[in-house]
Parts: sequence; C-alpha cells; structure tokens
Amino acid sequence: MSNSLFSKKNMKLIKDPLNDSNPISIQVLGICSALAITIMLENAFVMSMAVLFVMVFSSLFVSLLRNLIPDRIRIIVQLVVVATLVITVDQFLKAFLFDVSKQLSVFVGLIITNCIIMGRLEAFALANKPGVSVVDAIGNALGYTWILLVVGFVRELFGTGAIWGFKILGTEGDTEALLSIPGYEHNGLMLFPPMALICVAVIIWIQRSKNTKLIEAN
Amino acid sequence: MLENVNIIIKGIFIENMIFAYFLGMCSYLAVSKTVKTASGLGLAVIFVLVVTVPLNYLLENHVLKEGALTWLSPEYAEVDLSFLGFIMFIAVVASVVQLVEMVVEKFSPALYGALGIFLPLIAVNCSILGGALFMQERQYETIGQATSFAFGSGIGWWLAIVALAAIREKIKYSNVPAPLRGLGITFLITGLMGIAFMSFMGINL
Repeated sequence: MSNSLFSKKNMKLIKDPLNDSNPISIQVLGICSALAITIMLENAFVMSMAVLFVMVFSSLFVSLLRNLIPDRIRIIVQLVVVATLVITVDQFLKAFLFDVSKQLSVFVGLIITNCIIMGRLEAFALANKPGVSVVDAIGNALGYTWILLVVGFVRELFGTGAIWGFKILGTEGDTEALLSIPGYEHNGLMLFPPMALICVAVIIWIQRSKNTKLIEAN
Repeated sequence: MLENVNIIIKGIFIENMIFAYFLGMCSYLAVSKTVKTASGLGLAVIFVLVVTVPLNYLLENHVLKEGALTWLSPEYAEVDLSFLGFIMFIAVVASVVQLVEMVVEKFSPALYGALGIFLPLIAVNCSILGGALFMQERQYETIGQATSFAFGSGIGWWLAIVALAAIREKIKYSNVPAPLRGLGITFLITGLMGIAFMSFMGINL
C-alpha cells in the first residue's frame, strides 16, 4: 500500500514542522546558522536553499542505505554523506554566488553539523522509506526557512533600511531610499548577533501565545 | 609566548564562540538547566577542542593546503586539496569523539553514565567543527597558536554555558510570562549576555 503524494499523512509531515514542531523554535535545532547569517535577507535565503538541498538528498541517500549501515558507525556514515553534499554546495556557491559565499564563510561548512539535518536523519530517515523521508526533509527545511526569512527581513530592514539590497527606509536627504523620513536613524544594533537571538525570542513568544499547547511546564 | 596568551584571551572574551559566533547553540540551550551538567559538558568541549584542532592543523598544513604535499614529492607542489577540508576535519572529530567515548567507558564508567548521550553529541557540536574551520581560515603560523586558539575558545564556551546555567537556576522562582517560559526566556537572556560581551569588541590585542 503506498500513499499518494498529497495524502493526509504526507501533508501532515509538511505542515507540522511549519508550526507545531518547528525545528528552530520547538525542536531547538539548527540555531547556530539561523542566528549568524541573517544579517541580510539574501544570505538567509541562500542558506535556506542550501540546507533544503542538503536535507532532501541526505535524507534520500540515508533512507536508501538504511538497512546496510551498521549501528556502531552510523553517525560517521551520516556525517560522510552530509559532508559530501555540503562540499558540493560550497563549490557551487563559490562558483556562482561568490559574494554571498564570502559572507556566509564558515557557516556553509557548518551545515554539516546543522542539528536539523542530523536530527531528522536519526529520527526519521533511518527508519522510513525514501519517499516519506524526502517529504519530511522538505517540511523541516521549510520550517527552518520561514524563521530565517523573517529574522533576516527584520534585521536587514531595521539595520540598514534595505530589503534584499533595495533601500526602503532612509533619513532625510537619502535619495536612494523609497521612504525618506526626517530624523530617522538606522538601528545599528540589529546588525549584531545578539539581536537575532532577541528576534527569535519574540517569534517564540508570539508562536506560543497563539498555540498554548506548546508552553513548557514549570 | 605573549602571542599565545593574546589568542587565549581573545578566544574567551572578544571572539567568544557563543556570543560572537553562535557556535554550539543547540547543546548550549539544551544542557544549560543546571550548573553541574553545564560545567561537565563545557569541560568535555574544551577537551575535544584541544585534541582535535591541533590534529586538524597538522592535516591542513601537511596534506590539504596548496603546496602542502611537497614532502611527498616536489611535483605535487601545485596540488590544492583544501576543498576536502570539510570531510577530513569532521572525520577526525568523529573518530576522536568515538575514541574518547570508548576510553571513558572503559576507565571511568561513572563519568560515562553521567555524560550519557551528550558525549557522542559533541561530535556534531558546531563549535568543534567551527574551531577547525576558523583555524583553517585564519592560517595560524604555529601549532602552538592553533592549540592556544582551541584552549581559549573552549574556555569561552565553558564560561558562557556555566553563566547561562547559573542564571537559569536563579530565575526558576521568577514570574516569567507563560509563552516565554523555558526556551523563550533563555534566548532573551543569551541575547542580553551577548550585548554585554559586545563591550569587549574593538579591543586590539
């Protein structure tokens, strides 16, 4: 018996990580890269696409190999699969998106240790068929993506007044900006790492206020 | 000598693994509920960093860098294997952690039981691989500098997680708003601590 592509079970696999079991705000995975590279929206988007690519293919390969991997060395095998995919992504970024690659610097390599990828491989791909594993990977990658995009959007807009490089807000006399407000100053603190933590904290606050099931017991 | 001390101080305060670079956040947030477990994990991270970064340094300088293979034969002078860095570094880290796990299990079963699942999880801790990648990016000149960097970064990570655990123990009896309880307030505290550590920015050693 095989489920059709849009069956209820598969849709649940995609919808859950967007809210109820979001990898960043609920499962507490993949925090490192979410915070460090969200200074600009473009970087956040490229990183999300890189993680999506690595997650989908690593879930696929590990799921295909799941009956052949001995238990003692399974972490090393998973790491090798993920590392190979990340090397591919890194070379691709260096070739076609060099500016972004320079800003992402070591964090492209750190996709290897991105807890979401290892977490989903351990929790799902090792025990499930390739088809569902890929759907699960896509769901979690999308959950990760939307948080990255929101934080990147807020930080870039209030930190530099731009969205994806297009200037929107500016002080008086700033001819490039769409909206020149007299006396407006960019919030430089947004460009520093701690603000990303505070942005995610606010997202968690809003998410858990709306969905009271997720509040932690004391 | 002074250069090494400077690198250690930079690793603890100015380029703190947690507050400046956000490496190792997942286990940092998950294991910081009590000071005892936080300190244990921090010490384990220091140990793994100090063992793996020098090993990776030797690997980088004698196998991977451009021109590194000249000790094999002069005709390999133009071979640049640095793209294999990721896979080699993570293989070294995973093997060292597996070795440490086996040694600890044999010689100190009590410690092995206390650390539990977190010992193998250090292998995928971003701060360990991050340490190796920063070492590769910054091209330290001697193995002494690379080891000092590992030591300093490890102590910085330990300091950060123990400080957070201490604060979390204290706020157990505070009135944190329900949606912020647990993870949310931890993010806010870490953010505020990060802003505090920003006061070290710009110090040139």
